[in-house]
Amino acid sequence: MKIHEYQAKAILARHGVPVPRGEVASNAAEAGEIARRLGGHIVVVKAQIHAGGRGKGGGVKLAKSPDEAESIAKQMIGMTLVTHQTGPEGRVVGRVLVEEGLQMTRELYLSVVLDRQSGKAVFMASSEGGMDIEEVAAATPEKIHRIYVEPGVGLVPFQARQLGFAIGLEGPQVNKLVKLMGSLYEAFIATDSAMVEINPLVVTGQGDLLALDAKVSFDDNALYRHQDLRDLRDLAEEDHLEIEASKFALNYIHLDGNIGCMVNGAGLAMATMDIIKLAGGEPANFLDVGGGANAEQIRNAFKILMSDKNVKAVLINIFGGILRCDVLAQGVIAAVKELGVPVPIVIRMEGTNVEEGKRLLSESGMNFATADSMGDAATTVVQLAR
Amino acid sequence: MAVLIDKNTRLIVQGLTGREGTFHAKSAAAYGTTVVGGVTPGKGGTTHEGWPVFDTVEEAVEKTGANASVIFVPPPFAADAVMEAADADVPLVVCITEGIPTLDMMRAMTFLKTHPKTRLIGPNCPGVISAGKGKAGIIPGHICKEGTIGIVSKSGTLTYEAIHQLSRLGMGQTTCIGIGGDPLIGTSHIDALQLFADDADTEAVIMIGEIGGSAEEEAAAWIKANFKKPVVAFIAGQTAPPGRRMGHAGAIISGGSGAASDKMAALTAAGVSVVKSPADMGSMMRERLGR
Repeated sequence: MKIHEYQAKAILARHGVPVPRGEVASNAAEAGEIARRLGGHIVVVKAQIHAGGRGKGGGVKLAKSPDEAESIAKQMIGMTLVTHQTGPEGRVVGRVLVEEGLQMTRELYLSVVLDRQSGKAVFMASSEGGMDIEEVAAATPEKIHRIYVEPGVGLVPFQARQLGFAIGLEGPQVNKLVKLMGSLYEAFIATDSAMVEINPLVVTGQGDLLALDAKVSFDDNALYRHQDLRDLRDLAEEDHLEIEASKFALNYIHLDGNIGCMVNGAGLAMATMDIIKLAGGEPANFLDVGGGANAEQIRNAFKILMSDKNVKAVLINIFGGILRCDVLAQGVIAAVKELGVPVPIVIRMEGTNVEEGKRLLSESGMNFATADSMGDAATTVVQLAR
Repeated sequence: MAVLIDKNTRLIVQGLTGREGTFHAKSAAAYGTTVVGGVTPGKGGTTHEGWPVFDTVEEAVEKTGANASVIFVPPPFAADAVMEAADADVPLVVCITEGIPTLDMMRAMTFLKTHPKTRLIGPNCPGVISAGKGKAGIIPGHICKEGTIGIVSKSGTLTYEAIHQLSRLGMGQTTCIGIGGDPLIGTSHIDALQLFADDADTEAVIMIGEIGGSAEEEAAAWIKANFKKPVVAFIAGQTAPPGRRMGHAGAIISGGSGAASDKMAALTAAGVSVVKSPADMGSMMRERLGR
């Protein structure tokens, strides 16, 4: 689960990571007041959306006075911000973060994520802050430095010092980094984070270290034990069909194509998207109805697929390991009868009682095509969607 | 021969008295697996569906001589169950549970390093089946056929698909290992390939990967250097958008890594027959074996 910058900074600050003074505003007047409270000097107004690249898209602006902060906020709130991470449709800005303007001498990069290979948390740091870390990794990988945290031991100060010296910090700042990284690791563990990224981490004119930007995402599997973090979810940032699907415990991701997919199992669902594309079509979604898909889930899945107006045909690909194909067929027939699905449906199913399932489908008198293999199913559905 | 599970396997089920545990214990027994009991803390001393239930794994092992455990325990308690089984030195622990917090698994993996007698399969996996011999997990037995092909896969239903394609073309399986779709798993592609390398009856392997992480690239390098048997591979998620988690916790393209194209290229360069279509896994294997 992703959260906004202002929420991420609040969490980091709570654990002792220094962040700029600032507050979030949901209207222009509030933004002006915050700028006044910050001393009436230069402030930065930052659009709060769950995507990077805001600066280039016009979502981060400097204001020399509270009045200017107010007028910038007026333009920004409600605007659709398009960045390289939002896609062409962009995101509507609901809030802005107003922060004190700062003098800075250096921009660094610091993050902590899980390293799958070692099974440990890894800190990554670079002297090249303020730009996309993926670009740094591609162009100058030698400028990214890593240390791995031993679970059960935690971050040891010498590791933080190693990283500090590697990115060119000097004596007093290295000590500040040791403290900051300790706080960052504490926040990472306490919130079951999947990733915490500070980009840039700045050295101010006074020689302090400060998280000028912050990105935090949580491990979805751990959210059950963090009610406070679940409350930070911003539904306005999510696709409305994905929100609906999540209410039914369906694993759904909305895509741009016109072939709706309904599949059991995440791997097979991805593979079904792949084979549709290979057959010359475009999947409208990823949808995993789960291993034990029942009639109720199939009905819910149809509801979601039919809410997507781009869908011109549906491919159901179910490998019934435990699930019996005749039960599945009954579920599909009942759902289609109830919901009146107006597009052609191709069904490929395999597993227990498959012959009986196929017989039920063909005798239902409904608009079903059945296929014997994934390949046939994909070819058929792509033709029907044209 | 087969790997991990055979006729000498004595299986306990952690979470036996739950719905999933009960269903799959019966299904494993029906497939010919020797299921010797279960563990449900607080229900020790009772019997369930004819099997003895114990409070602890340690006691279950002591009383039944179990040498394998399959875990059907809800996510908040599953990492605990893995560590309990490892503490009892159970040689094979198969964790089916999906949705375990990453930090819990990080602790469990650290614990496992100090318990080298235990091999963990999963979590978030369909388990292991040795065709005609036995199973620990949820892979349906009736689609399998005894033979000479090994399967290692991150995905459940896609594994069934591979088994089905092979069986339909007359090629049976030795053992099918679902290693799981989480970012942290006990047995990697390489570990599974090592088992198949040492198994005289396994003639060739189907390897199924998916987007996220770099395990497939690491496996490619290892195959090139060490693995002499034919390998057919499929990578799921060729059309997945970056930055989105595709169902499995580990299936995400992020930070410029984890894309299917990189994995396919690495495997191809290692001499693996990579199929673009998931429908071609079986037929490509037939081709590789010249049948």
